[in-house]
Amino acid sequence: MNQKSVVLENVSKSYESVKALTEVSVSIEKGELFGFIGPDGAGKTTLFRILSTLLNPDSGFATVEGFNTITDYKSIRKIVGYMPGKFSLYQDLTVEENLKFFASIYKTTIEENYHLVSDIYRHIEPFKHRKAGKLSGGMKQKLALSCALIHKPEVLFLDEPTTGVDAVSRMEFWEMLKKLQVQGITILVSTPYMDEAALCDRVALMQKGHFMTINTPQAIIDEFPMKIFGVKSNRMFDLLIDLQSIPSTEDVYRFGDVVHFLNNETGFDMNVIYRVLKQKGHAEIVVHQVMPTIEDSFMLNMKKADHFNAVMQ
Amino acid sequence: MTTNRPNVIEVRNLVKKFGDFIANDNLTFDVKQGEIFGFLGANGAGKTTAMKILCGLQAPTSGDIKVAGFDVYHQTNKIKQNIGYMSQRFSLYEDLTVKQNFQFYGGIYGLSGKQIKERTEYFLNKLELSHVANKILKEIPLGWKQKLAFSVAVLHHPKIVFLDEPTGGVDPITRRQFWEMIYEAANEGITVFVTTHYMDEAEYCERVCIMVDGRIEAMDTPSALKNKYEVTSMNEVFIRLARAQSTEQ
Amino acid sequence: MKGFIIKEFLHIFRDLRTMLILFGMPVAQVLLFGFAITNEINHANIAVLDQAKDEISIKITDKILSSGYFDLKAVLNSPDEIEAAFGRGEIKEVVVFEPYFAQKLEKEGRVNIQIITDASDPNTASLLFNYTSGIVRDYSREMMENKQPPLQISIESTMLYNPELKGVFMFVPGTITILLMLVSAMMTSISIAREKELGTMEVLLVSPLKPIQIIVGKVLPYILLSFINASVILILAFTVFGMPINGSLIFLLLESILFIVMALSMGIFISTVSKTQQQAMLLSMFVLMLPTILLSGFIFPIENMPMPLQILSNIMPSRWFIIIVKGIMIKGLGIAYVWKETLILVAMTVFFIGLSVKKFNIRLG
Repeated sequence: MNQKSVVLENVSKSYESVKALTEVSVSIEKGELFGFIGPDGAGKTTLFRILSTLLNPDSGFATVEGFNTITDYKSIRKIVGYMPGKFSLYQDLTVEENLKFFASIYKTTIEENYHLVSDIYRHIEPFKHRKAGKLSGGMKQKLALSCALIHKPEVLFLDEPTTGVDAVSRMEFWEMLKKLQVQGITILVSTPYMDEAALCDRVALMQKGHFMTINTPQAIIDEFPMKIFGVKSNRMFDLLIDLQSIPSTEDVYRFGDVVHFLNNETGFDMNVIYRVLKQKGHAEIVVHQVMPTIEDSFMLNMKKADHFNAVMQ
Repeated sequence: MTTNRPNVIEVRNLVKKFGDFIANDNLTFDVKQGEIFGFLGANGAGKTTAMKILCGLQAPTSGDIKVAGFDVYHQTNKIKQNIGYMSQRFSLYEDLTVKQNFQFYGGIYGLSGKQIKERTEYFLNKLELSHVANKILKEIPLGWKQKLAFSVAVLHHPKIVFLDEPTGGVDPITRRQFWEMIYEAANEGITVFVTTHYMDEAEYCERVCIMVDGRIEAMDTPSALKNKYEVTSMNEVFIRLARAQSTEQ
Repeated sequence: MKGFIIKEFLHIFRDLRTMLILFGMPVAQVLLFGFAITNEINHANIAVLDQAKDEISIKITDKILSSGYFDLKAVLNSPDEIEAAFGRGEIKEVVVFEPYFAQKLEKEGRVNIQIITDASDPNTASLLFNYTSGIVRDYSREMMENKQPPLQISIESTMLYNPELKGVFMFVPGTITILLMLVSAMMTSISIAREKELGTMEVLLVSPLKPIQIIVGKVLPYILLSFINASVILILAFTVFGMPINGSLIFLLLESILFIVMALSMGIFISTVSKTQQQAMLLSMFVLMLPTILLSGFIFPIENMPMPLQILSNIMPSRWFIIIVKGIMIKGLGIAYVWKETLILVAMTVFFIGLSVKKFNIRLG
């Protein structure tokens, strides 16, 4: 076969009146760490359910390691590891019992595949007699990942593994994924946290059942069509309104401790910002040109899509 | 300016134990009227417990705690009348219409029919969501729901509104609109007590408190914290504090 | 498969509530019935109609009254007074000695004592009868064991108002049926729905497990537990109430297993149509429990129901199972007499297993 691990071709899926996915296509290489980035309702879970053979697409087709998700679902089920949205663990079983059980349904044992999960599992092994329901979010997440890995899958589907998990646990989780990738496992992961996109090889930015863009994080940033200025002043609350008054302004929004100011004009001079703000009575004005982030790109894409939809209607 | 405002939350030596486990270890802090107070911490650091105590849902083991001027041991009913609450998990009834949700919650807080009607119209106009007033909640997008849920939480103009991860899973544009609403509420004098896992949102708070293992590890304005730890973002502050703890274990 | 079953047992043993329902319920139910229908006789009011008034009849009367169980409330003079005495509600039992009691015993070698009880309270009635007849038998053994040929005092039981003692005989088969239905159907349907709610069902579906493996893995532990349950109820019924098991015990247990499997397959079917534990619970309650209680003949006799309900009761598996259990326990019948009912249960079992395997999706939605 070819080097593609996962292929989606014009896949659409609707639930009653809601369109969850609209003609999405992507192909993912073997060993790639691929991220689906988007808010709730973007269609991420539906996509994973189609790939893990839990749902059939209404139209289009999907393959995993060359197997069709409709006709060859049995083959796919043997080679994928799936971690659904809300860490699907048995809350009343202990850490060890959970792992043992998931090993047993794939006819393997913890001992046999310990080396696969040891990196992750050893974080939670000291608590192996604790019930899964009593674990913290970060530990649950590690246990769920161990359970999804214990049968040595070729492809890993992780649906929002970091949602509701604190920033430290999230960071550790991504470090683990990077290690798994080295072992040759293809990893598909979804997340609503835009900052996590930078950690993927390639990402698809998703919104309302569409892929707005598919590329490497770097390329997405490089292709950002305009300059972004980070602006601060002593009156942050008024900044948003006052910056809007500058001609050719594309957008103004808060971004962490600064306000991001996007302008369409080629060769825009940032002294204009100082001048306008001073006029409006701001002090302690700081302006820097900043690197765009995935989040900036996501918002710009969202606006374009909304604008496009509005025009179409 | 901050110093002139009265305290609406006063916590002195709050301790909460579950058996041997100390969920909150001697917390002391104040939150001022109209302040946006970010309450951060790793999973299991004790945020939820502290928030439950402040909302009058759980009694502390010891400590002097006043919320909106009322004591959390004996005046929980008074507290509940003076606060609003919203979380990602529990907000509005999915099988009621938007209007019915407003009516229901307005009724709970003892607003008159006329007040409910006025406030509902006011918020729906402000959010530009009047066209969904009679839609069943589950038919509208998550981002709108979260904004409506916030409006419902401040419908009775509480002194304090508690927001538990209010923007989880929401798209970046809606998330910012949501924060605009938070600022407006704060401008009107409502104190906002908010938890979040988005570290950029920590930057939007006037002050943040970072909890690690049941204790307050740091509490200050975002810029003071960044200066103190010589980093450029709250994310780094958080990771430094919380990770130091997890490697110790 | 083994791992699956182990896990299922762990769930059951970890959950206190489930354990309580599983094992507390049968004991509670049986004891509840047991105490509601008092099983201890203490100073029960009786009347005596002694038409002989001779040495032996007086001695037996003394013996009965001195036992402490009975208080003499009235001495009747003629059989006509019996009905009225019961009607006033003063007494629960009348002991009747026939005329010329001692003489007849001497001459003919046998006499009759009639024990009349108020069987509208069937359990008390049978207990009173058992106590009284025990005392009379004791007496006759003591007094006459050396006599040749042996003299015999035969005891005749007459039940007023409810001659077949319906309550007692109905209650054990009915309780077994309800409890097996509850434990088997409700527990399995809830445990499958719980996996859906938690999202673990997604993981199971994505694994190479076949639907039938998931179903069997879910069901096997409950077959065992329900079987233990049925045995507990039978033992309690036997020891506490003296309910007879006149037919073959093994045959009774086999029929119980058949019914358990039937109930379990209904449980699986319910779980395939419900998304949450709550739904599964409500469905089991209203679709299984209520009809089982109301339409199976457990409480209301089927022959007294309006025609439409009589027809409806035919599709209640519990109706047929109650007939089988009563047949075996009370009448001592074998397969030759209940093959029709058994066959109906087998057909229903096959139907529901087929239906649930078919409905049990290999995918979501």
